[in-house]
Amino acid sequence: MNEWKMISSSPHVRHEDSTSSIMLDVLIALLPASIIGVNNFGFPAFLLILICIAACVGTEWLFQYLTKRTITIGDFSAVVTGLLLALNLPPSLPWWMAVLGSVFAILVVKQLFGGIGQNFMNPALAARCFLLLSFSKAMTTFSYDAVTTATPLALLKSGESVDVFRMFMGSTAGTIGETSAAALLIGGIYLIVKRVIDIRIPLAYIGSFSVCILLYSLIGRGEIDLTFLAAHLCGGGLMLGAIFMATDYVTSPITPKGRLIYGVILGILTFVLRSPWNPTLAAEGVSYSILCGNLLVPIIERFTVPKSFGKGAEKLE
Amino acid sequence: MNSFTFKGGIHPYEGKKLTMDKPVETYLPKGEMVYPLIQHIGAPAKPLVKKGDSVLAGQKIAEAAGFVSANIHSSVSGTVKGIEPRLTVGGNKVDSIIIESDGKQESVEYQGNDKALDELSSEEILDRIREAGIVGMGGAGFPTHVKLSPKNKDSIDTILVNGSECEPYLTSDYRRMIEEPEKIIEGLRLVLCLFPNASGLIAVENNKPKAIETLKDKIKDTERIQVHVLKTKYPQGAERQLIYANTKRYINSSMLPADARCIVLNIDTVIAVYEAVRLGIPLIDRVVTVTGDAIANPQNYKVLLGTNIQELIDAAGGYRNGEPEKIISGGPMMGKALFSTNTPVVKGSSAILCMQEDQVSASKPSPCIRCGRCVAVCPGRVIPSKLATLAERGKLDEFVKQDGMECCECGCCSYICPAKRHLTQTIAATRKAILASRKK
Repeated sequence: MNEWKMISSSPHVRHEDSTSSIMLDVLIALLPASIIGVNNFGFPAFLLILICIAACVGTEWLFQYLTKRTITIGDFSAVVTGLLLALNLPPSLPWWMAVLGSVFAILVVKQLFGGIGQNFMNPALAARCFLLLSFSKAMTTFSYDAVTTATPLALLKSGESVDVFRMFMGSTAGTIGETSAAALLIGGIYLIVKRVIDIRIPLAYIGSFSVCILLYSLIGRGEIDLTFLAAHLCGGGLMLGAIFMATDYVTSPITPKGRLIYGVILGILTFVLRSPWNPTLAAEGVSYSILCGNLLVPIIERFTVPKSFGKGAEKLE
Repeated sequence: MNSFTFKGGIHPYEGKKLTMDKPVETYLPKGEMVYPLIQHIGAPAKPLVKKGDSVLAGQKIAEAAGFVSANIHSSVSGTVKGIEPRLTVGGNKVDSIIIESDGKQESVEYQGNDKALDELSSEEILDRIREAGIVGMGGAGFPTHVKLSPKNKDSIDTILVNGSECEPYLTSDYRRMIEEPEKIIEGLRLVLCLFPNASGLIAVENNKPKAIETLKDKIKDTERIQVHVLKTKYPQGAERQLIYANTKRYINSSMLPADARCIVLNIDTVIAVYEAVRLGIPLIDRVVTVTGDAIANPQNYKVLLGTNIQELIDAAGGYRNGEPEKIISGGPMMGKALFSTNTPVVKGSSAILCMQEDQVSASKPSPCIRCGRCVAVCPGRVIPSKLATLAERGKLDEFVKQDGMECCECGCCSYICPAKRHLTQTIAATRKAILASRKK
């Protein structure tokens, strides 16, 4: 026999990375933050993580089963959404609220808009904001070591001093996954080294936010206050947002220049929402900034289309 | 010295180890020889022989039909069995001259030429190249005499010899650079005679240190020729990227290399120029890498054009571990999957690649997750994911507006896509359709 059935046009080789391997990498990168979260907040935090993941995967499966679509839970994207949502919740949140949030994330934000790759907002963040608006008390009650307390950022805002080192390591009140900047940074480095995320977004985000904060302290108090900056960088879920939420593929620009602009917009928005001109929303600056940024992505992409190779090149005589 | 490169690109598994240390072996065919009348861009050649004629090796059996066309020569001595449609690597049937070899390899008397370079006239050189039926041997098959006759002849300042061989698995150019560097340099010097204001650049990727060393050593006393070391990256050898990497000049899809004052030639082509001008031998053979994990003894062969591909595979020990899933003529990035191995080696065949497993059919396309990897690797700097979607939806005007025609079909986007979308394939099919409709 010298006839073959496997005919296709080139290329004939593929890179080993797949959607599921990328999602697995994100899960691995979230492990340090998850472990610190469970260590900080104990069994309830662990349970909440499991509930969110199960609810997200279950919702995706059920929806696709009922609507006779291809079941895509094998790509692990629903697991990532579930884990990210859990890391964005206070550990004391009632389980049914977490389930409601998970269903909202997968059903309303993801599947109703066409499933993976089609959602225009980050499902986990949209669900968090949905829960914040619906159950603002439960969503903003934080405790540490069984003592109800304000988050460091709230303390900072009311003019009190905070322990930046504790914030960096994660031994403070907050949502399950946001407290330890160190753990989140380890995950971020993993994702950048594995080339899962583009460093442009977190860099532009954290960079522009830092510049704003430094200018603010310079103008307001006449000095560059690095402790103030460090507290703002470690608090309020900025690291979680900049490394894991803003870099969500589906809801961030695909053009290199667009990613820089997107990051800068997020940094400025976060600063504005956290600034003293805004008396409420202190801790949610990051979430709302990213959701706003998500909505701007189509416009950003439109104006940052790269110039194709040789476009406008002139013929040399 | 890795400054010569471009933006984007990928690093696929190289696979060159299989054959890079294997010296070129000459393979003499046993069976019938098939010469398709289309082995080049342009009009099909016109047959000069008929059934029953006896021919000699090196005899012209079909002549160029027009300026952009090329002569075809018999590579064996024997008898013409007929002229009939035969399957080619492109998957279509093309009128071909079939010759039964008598195994004697009796050839016509080749007229050599050893005049000094400054005594050779441009007409003499171009005539010999045209007569020898030389076309670009990297695959595109553009007649070389046409390429070497640009309108702005005197302003051409760079003759680029493409020794990058960026396609995985291919080692034929590499072997020729090591084994026959003199021929490459002499061929390039002949081409430089045509362009008084040009200098020659032999561009080689830095994963071929032995070739770089050999060539650098051989050009020591040669004026107007340099070796450029390129960064190893696919598609470093793509014409537009190669010109940019070496000269920092851009050309787009509607321009020719001459518009950037460059002429780009393949290694095999330059050697063919040498053989045609100096030895009077027409283009009747080339080096083909027979390789892949499904081949028992991967090997570089000097093969007479017209040789049956199955015969070559058998010469390389046949298959190991059963039948391969896929056989490709050329490299894995831009080569053509073969429907049948009962096809001949032609002027543009660089390799026969036999793969045990087909990675393409092993993965199923899934929805785009907008990771942006295709944008990052695209050497044409377009947005492949968007173009493929526009192509799927039949939005051709928007496809053109988004520079879809600037795609060079290098395959980087399909290679890198984690969702395993057939990006290159979709874009290429649409480009083909648009180009065809423009011709009407």
